[in-house]
Amino acid sequence: MNERGSEGNLDQIRIAGREISRRGFLAGISIAMGALGTILIGVPMVGFLLNPLLKRVPDEWRPVGNVDDFSVGETTSVVLEDASPLPWAGVTARTAAWLRRDSQDKFTAFSVNCTHLGCPVRWLDDAHLFMCPCHGGVYYQDGSVAAGPPPKSLIEYPVRIQDGRVEIRTSPLPIT
Amino acid sequence: MLNKGMRSAKRAWDWIEERTGIWAAIKPLAEHPVPPGTNWWYVFGSATLFTFIVQAVTGATLASVYTTSSGNAYESLRFITEDAYMGNVLRGIHFWGASAMVLFVGIHMMRVFLTGAYKFPREFNWLTGGFLLLLTIAMGFTGQLLRWDQNAIWTVVVGAEQAGRAPLIGNILGRFLLAGETIGGATLSRFFSYHVFMIPALLIGLIGAHLYLVIRNGVSEPVKRDQVVEPKTYRSRYQAILQREGERFWPDVAWRDVAFGFLVVVGIVILAIIVGPPALTNPPDPSIVQAEPRPDWYLLWYFAVLALIPPGLEPYVIIGAPLLFGLALLLLPFIAGKGQRHPLQRPWAMATALLAVMMIGILWYMATKAPWSPDFNAKPLNPQQVGAESGPLWQGSQLFAVKGCQYCHTIDGQGGQRGPDLTAVGDRLTDQQITIRILNGATNMPAYGGNISSGEVDLLVQFLSSRHGQ
Repeated sequence: MNERGSEGNLDQIRIAGREISRRGFLAGISIAMGALGTILIGVPMVGFLLNPLLKRVPDEWRPVGNVDDFSVGETTSVVLEDASPLPWAGVTARTAAWLRRDSQDKFTAFSVNCTHLGCPVRWLDDAHLFMCPCHGGVYYQDGSVAAGPPPKSLIEYPVRIQDGRVEIRTSPLPIT
Repeated sequence: MLNKGMRSAKRAWDWIEERTGIWAAIKPLAEHPVPPGTNWWYVFGSATLFTFIVQAVTGATLASVYTTSSGNAYESLRFITEDAYMGNVLRGIHFWGASAMVLFVGIHMMRVFLTGAYKFPREFNWLTGGFLLLLTIAMGFTGQLLRWDQNAIWTVVVGAEQAGRAPLIGNILGRFLLAGETIGGATLSRFFSYHVFMIPALLIGLIGAHLYLVIRNGVSEPVKRDQVVEPKTYRSRYQAILQREGERFWPDVAWRDVAFGFLVVVGIVILAIIVGPPALTNPPDPSIVQAEPRPDWYLLWYFAVLALIPPGLEPYVIIGAPLLFGLALLLLPFIAGKGQRHPLQRPWAMATALLAVMMIGILWYMATKAPWSPDFNAKPLNPQQVGAESGPLWQGSQLFAVKGCQYCHTIDGQGGQRGPDLTAVGDRLTDQQITIRILNGATNMPAYGGNISSGEVDLLVQFLSSRHGQ
């Protein structure tokens, strides 16, 4: 417990056996209260802001069409919904993928994001190439880099066939 | 009668002044002495401040309609642009105001740098100004994103990918920009909070500090040759100038700030009415892959940097260059904080400024042309240009278009500029050389070997080798 110092000296107090001035004590406790108050408000704020970095959204399998909708050898863009979209996300909850039916029961799906800086690559059907509109990255049909600045192949999404439907598993935006 | 009215107005004012001391607080600021000879080069700081105020008030007004949800923002922007009374003009003012603010912050900084006004005792004027520059660019970037269309979402993606290049924390930084794992409901509201609350709060605090320092250290005196800044003597010399021939700030000097600021406001409104804000592109639907994202003009030059650096250097340049720039900005007043102020006696400063302006100018010009981007809108050649309406030449020209060659190669002024112009390729290369190039590709050209039949190669080669100069 704090107790007053020697009789008559109001400016000296004693804490844990140490003598400090009354002014020093008031300054110290005011700063401590300010810091504590900041922490009390700050922790929920910082947590609220940083949580999206730490929370891993579980991936979901999303149907993108019936197997019969796709002909063998064709590459088309399909739309899948994000794993757990917020109710107000609207169209931003959609993600595109390039889906190719390789054979009767084999599909390949590529992320549309160029591995250079993430711009959406286009499939050139006659040339059998993916081409990026931003800085001219080009990929072969297997996703490997054909030309330009991309450092690595297009990212592939997992695909499966379930009850006659093609399903793609959602993934985070590939940050390369 | 009139006199009596004025007397009672004066009494009322005295009554207020006695209780508030408003004028007692403002007078020393308004009338603070300014060194003689300040000129029109001194207006860009206040012009930046005026444009900031324009941005704050128009921004607050736009926010009264703008909807901060990833799903609805685009519709609210359409409403502001097309239906709301004067909405298009207001958006235009906010866009051109932003452009003016970036421009003036740049000119102001250049003026301060070239005339050595950042030197003793104004080092902290420079440092606060440096942070204000960075925050202004951050406002430009986040503001472009609030124009929540297709261009905006891909700008977020490109931003996140760039942040992703940072060592160790890149991934987390990228996620932080996206506010999650993908573009989605959380992304826009977060950028809204940055753009409207967090960055402006920092801006206003720093503007206050910057202005306080301007008053405390005084407006820098116009440069004279051979007059050096010496920390020991500078203040007394400066005070002597002020006492001898200082001018009153308001209105003797301030009128120039107001006049220029007025012209700026007029210019912004005229541009807003005549040119208007940037048109909205497609809705912010990440599944529409027909997108060609480009940053607004003030960051367009950086788009060129990203295209032109060799891929191997990217991680260093994308993260290293801004860090180096920031570091140079911070260290400048401590490295060169005294001595000569006149630009003609500071060749290194002149060279640095010239180089910076030239570099940004050239990069900017390059970015408006963007010769590195494939041109997806290239028109196929017409029979007259091909020199045939049917047969192998014509078929070859069709292949040239559909195989994507023309997105990167120009013939007769039609096509992209990523690869060499092939208008007269028949003069330069033999059939065999053309064939090898098509099949094997090059660093910036895909090898078509696996994507083309030998019959198609023959047709293409026939067509290309028939291309001759006049």
